[in-house]
Parts: sequence; C-alpha cells; structure tokens
Amino acid sequence: MRIGSAVTIDAEGLDALIATLASRGYETKGPVVRDGAILPGPVGGINDLPVGVRDVQSPGRYRLEHGEGDAVFSWAVGPGSWKAEFFPPSQELWTSTLEGDVVTSEAPVADVAPLAIVGARPCELAALAVLDRVLLDGAVTDPHYAARRVDAFIVAAECGSPASTCFCTSMGTGPATESDFDLALTELDDDDGHRFVVRVGTDRGAEILEYVPGSETTPRDMAARQAVLASATKAIDRRLETEGLAELLARNLDHPSWDDIAERCLSCGNCTLVCPTCFCSDVSDTTDLAGEVRRQRTWASCFDLDHSYIHGGPVRSSVSSRYRQWLTHKLSTWWDQFDSSGCVGCGRCIAWCPVGIDLTVEAAAIRASDGALRSSPASGRDGR
Amino acid sequence: MSRTDLPEPDRRPSLAVWKFASCDGCQLSLLDCEDELLTLAKVVDIAHFSEMSRASAEGPYDVSLVEGSITTPDDAQRILEIRSSSHLLVTIGACATAGGIQGLRNFAASGAYASAVYAHPEYIDALETSTPIAAHVEVDYELHGCPVDRSQLLEVLTASLAGRTPVIPGHSVCQECKSRGTVCLLVAGDTPCLGPVTRAGCGAICPSMDRGCFGCFGPADTANTASLAAHLRLQGMAPVDVSRLFATFNAGAPAFRHEALAQGGPVPSAPVRITHRAEREGPR
Ligand code: SF4
Ligand code: SF4
Ligand code: SF4
Ligand code: SF4
Ligand code: SF4
Repeated sequence: MRIGSAVTIDAEGLDALIATLASRGYETKGPVVRDGAILPGPVGGINDLPVGVRDVQSPGRYRLEHGEGDAVFSWAVGPGSWKAEFFPPSQELWTSTLEGDVVTSEAPVADVAPLAIVGARPCELAALAVLDRVLLDGAVTDPHYAARRVDAFIVAAECGSPASTCFCTSMGTGPATESDFDLALTELDDDDGHRFVVRVGTDRGAEILEYVPGSETTPRDMAARQAVLASATKAIDRRLETEGLAELLARNLDHPSWDDIAERCLSCGNCTLVCPTCFCSDVSDTTDLAGEVRRQRTWASCFDLDHSYIHGGPVRSSVSSRYRQWLTHKLSTWWDQFDSSGCVGCGRCIAWCPVGIDLTVEAAAIRASDGALRSSPASGRDGR
Repeated sequence: MSRTDLPEPDRRPSLAVWKFASCDGCQLSLLDCEDELLTLAKVVDIAHFSEMSRASAEGPYDVSLVEGSITTPDDAQRILEIRSSSHLLVTIGACATAGGIQGLRNFAASGAYASAVYAHPEYIDALETSTPIAAHVEVDYELHGCPVDRSQLLEVLTASLAGRTPVIPGHSVCQECKSRGTVCLLVAGDTPCLGPVTRAGCGAICPSMDRGCFGCFGPADTANTASLAAHLRLQGMAPVDVSRLFATFNAGAPAFRHEALAQGGPVPSAPVRITHRAEREGPR
C-alpha cells in the first residue's frame, strides 16, 4: 500500500484494525458512550464504538439519540477532547524529599504504552496540530506531552453527521481531512452496505493495513465518500467570518459587546476546558506532613481570577476583560503567538457553555458594529 | 496569609479546634484524616479539640481552627477571646464562613423560628441573626464547604507549618467537574446545578454522582448568580425553587443571599409555622 491509496473495509475489517493495533502494543482508545455523551474511552472492537448513536447539539445543549442502524460515526464531537490524553488535567512535574541534609528530587516522565486513537475527527486532528505548535515545536518542548504524542497512532474519521454547533468549514479544518493521520476512515452506509473507505497517510499506517481484510476502493466508493463529505459540508450552516477577524478584534478592545457578554458569562471556564487547543495550566507546589514537596501542573483557565494575578492583584478582574482575553486569544493574538488560529471550529465551547454563549455570534456582533465604544471605557489595569 | 511566622523549631506549634453554632461535621473532617492524623499529632501539639480529647491546654495557640457561626451573645464574646489568644485563625466550613444553614433565620422576621420551633422560646437567648466569624473578628484564612474538604484542611495546615501560601482555588466547581471528566448535567440533562457559580474544592463530587452541585462551598470568586438564575428559570424552574437553591448552607454568603432575595426569597411570606411532634402525635 502506498501513501495516498485507499482500501474499503467492512465492520469486521474495522474490528480487525483495532485488534491489530492492540496486538502491536498500542492502547486503543476511541469515542465511546458514557453518561449521555460521546467521549474518549477504551475500545477493543467496533461494538465499543457508538453503534447507532446520534447527537443533537445546540448552544448550551447536548443530547444523544439511540437509533437503529450500524453506523458508528454518526455524531460530531462531544465534551471530551484528545487533548486530555496528551495534556492531562493534572500532571505531577516533580517530587522532592528531605532526609537529613540530603534533598532527593525525581522528575519522572511516565512510561506508558503508546496510544492509538480510532475515530478522531478532522477538527480534532487540526486541534492536535495547533497544540503541537505550542507544546512540541515551540521554544520549549514539553516532555510529558511529547512522551505520549510523538508515537501516537491516529485513525481519523471524517464527518458525515456534523452538529449544529460545528463550523469547521469556516476554519478550513473539516469535515474532510487530508493530513495529520496514519489512516483516515470515511463511513459509508448505503445500498451497497455498511463499510469504510480507508485512506493511507503514513507508511506505518500502510503497514498496519496489511493485516486488515479489505479490497481496493472502487471509483464508486470514492464517489460515495465525496457525496458524504459534500452533504456534510452543506449541512454545516454555522459560520465564522475569518476575513480580517484577527485585526477586527484587535481594534475593538473597548467594544460594548464585551460588557454585554459579561452580563451572561458565568466565568465558569467550561469553554476553555472543553476547548481542544486551550493549553493554560497552573503550576503549584504543595508539601505534606512528612516533608515531601510536590510540584503539580493542573489545567487552568483565563476565566479564573487567579489566572492574571500578579503582584498586587489580578490584571483582569472584570468578567468582560476575561471573556475578551479568551476570544481575542483564540481568534486574534494566537496568530501573533503561533501563526495560526487558536480555534478549529469544533463548536465545543458553544455546546458546553451552560448558558449557551456562542463565539460565532459574539464575533459577528462585533463585526456588525465595528468601532463602537462602550460608554465608559475601562480604565487602568483592567483596560487591556 | 499574614501570620505565618510560626514558633522556633524546638517547640511544636499548637493547634486548637473551636466550635460555635454548627453540627461538628467540619471538626470530624479533621478526625477523618485517618492516614495523616498520627503524623499531624507528631508535628503539632493538639491543645484543644473536644471531639478528640477532654484535655484542654491554655493558650496562646499558634493555629486555631474555628467551626460554626455566631448565634448567641455568649458566643459573640467567646470568639473575641479566641481571636486574641490565636496567632493564626482559620475558619472552617459554611457555618463559620457564611452563617450556615441556621443563617436561614436571617431571611425571616425576628424570633419567627424560635417561637415556631421551641415550646418555651423565653428560655432561648439567641441573637436575631446567624453570622460568620469574619463579621466579628479578623480571620486569616477561610476554608469553605459543608463540610470542609479533608485535603483542603490538611493543605491549610501543612501550608501554615511550611510557611507557604495554601493552594486553595477560588474558581468554579465546573473546572473540577470537567477535569474529572464528568459529563455536564446542565448541558446534557436538565438537572439544576450551582457548579458554575460555586467555589471549587470538593472535587465536584455531586455532579459525578449525577446530582447537581448544591453550592455547599459558597460563591466562587466572581459568581454571576443572576445569569445562572435566569438560565434555570428558562429551563422551567419556579422563582421560589431557584431562590431555595441559593438559600441553603451558604444562604448568608452575599452573592447567594442576593440572588435568593432577587428571586423572591426562599420562605413563603406567610408566618413560619412548624408543628411540634407532640402537637402532631398528641399526648402519649
Ligand atoms: S474556541 Fe470553541 S470552537 Fe474553537 S476550537 Fe475551542 S472549543 Fe472549539
Ligand atoms: S483562551 Fe485562555 S485558557 Fe485558552 S489558551 Fe488562551 S489564555 Fe489560555
Ligand atoms: S467541527 Fe467539523 S470536523 Fe469537527 S466534528 Fe463537526 S463536522 Fe466534524
Ligand atoms: S462563555 Fe460560557 S462556558 Fe465560558 S466562562 Fe462564560 S459562561 Fe462559562
Ligand atoms: S455538571 Fe455542574 S459543575 Fe459540572 S460542568 Fe456542569 S454545571 Fe458545572
């Protein structure tokens, strides 16, 4: 098999693919149904995937529907993202003990089995690429992130059933994918049966595929794949106008919208924690009664008052300044920092905001009244 | 923390635990630290802790943990004495930090509960309100929760022993909820949850058990209770139910009290009337 070639496999083929990855020592994970949502979890075969499950999403609302049918990828992204596999909510950085006069320190990087993800969405691949630029290819490489990320085997799943919250078409990240995977699946479920087109992205992807029963993809199946993607693209009607967006936000720091959003925003931080690209963390040292010192890194959010705490107090004490930080970082200053958008259009922050605040709507509101000024511009530290 | 300079190493710092109007649950959280209790007893001198020992040493005390709210004239006096004999004073729990569930009486007319609850209210010598310790004396550190979280309690103690700032977040419960991978009850269901406006610290236990957050850690740093209340109303909750959601263990915390009142208040406007068991069951 060559990179770029494709085979068609059936449900048993997908089972065999997962089994082959497991037999190679990979910890196999994929989307599973848990507590009313689809989230990353262990998968040992196709029946662990969300068989016949669909999702219905809107701002502040998420529901699953269990239907008939064999399809396993008829849903969009849920609250969990693959970020947590590589950048866990809490990570021990080092420990240190004092015995007599001797300080002993340890900074272990966990030695865990390599991860194989089966069913990562195109926007999630884009999100991992964004995180890679921050944690892998930036000024400093994060050893914990690198340890699990570098060898991870990625089986993508293109989207046939986007949610109303998805806007990858605006961000150029989906519903199809052309890169950042070892293998990419497109699920087909029509008169010709339930099957998957598998495209090869890397040599090791090709090598694994040798052990999976399938046949070369016919032009008819390729056309069926194109049709699935075309209808998914058509189904996505949420838009974020990206033309000049970074500059638009940068010149509207005193726009009245920020205060309007702050009336609704709970500053709960859910949007940042579900976001597959938010990388902020807090590093804290604790001691125990026996004198052991522990340095931990935990997820943090720019919605925390403590996030901007410097000598004398927080820089962003108002909620409007914190929401502004979040939105301008995602859509504007991320470009200055990492030469890309910090948003991939997955829609998680829209669905999982308890009060349904929608960044596409908020950005559009600012565009609609570009240059408007709030009546009393924030002064002092909170102004920027 | 302003008073971290603890005694010279040859003397173990003394720890005292005090009770005011409360259920003892927070003190019990300290006893509940089974794995750490013996080590703790080695590094500190437990000078006063009625749940553990009758022995009580004279002050001054390096660290005083204070549980409970101020509800009687005597207690209003006693807390002044404890403050003056304590180097570091840490309040523990919803009663001590916000007035507790007994703070509900702050919503009713003066004496309404006493005359409804007690057969002989004339024997009751209570203040009209239940108030947090910080309303009476300067407090060095507040630990929230009903009850407090064991690890936070140990964290405050170990931090004061090491002379460092305790790691106690002021952000929302949602962050702990998402960090532990719980699926949001508000978004994926219709369960009312106070998590977005409640201070973290419990580890988001209730949502992980499919129960909405009850707000037992009190308001988070910048709690937008009005927005959450508006959302719960949209989901179909009656104002009095929203009000009651905010008026529980932390009914006296300003942000929660304000919202409970904005929704019309937790108690019906008719006078409080609680029937006595004897009245209900008749003479034996
Ligand atoms: S900002 Fe929102 S839509 Fe964009 S990547 Fe993050 S969670 Fe997804
Ligand atoms: S949006 Fe906020 S939480 Fe996310 S990466 Fe930026 S500063 Fe950090
Ligand atoms: S945003 Fe696009 S790529 Fe992501 S789940 Fe939705 S349709 Fe798929
Ligand atoms: S935008 Fe929504 S999810 Fe984000 S902090 Fe505000 S209320 Fe929470
Ligand atoms: S269940 Fe409650 S605490 Fe958890 S994220 Fe949702 S609103 Fe927040």
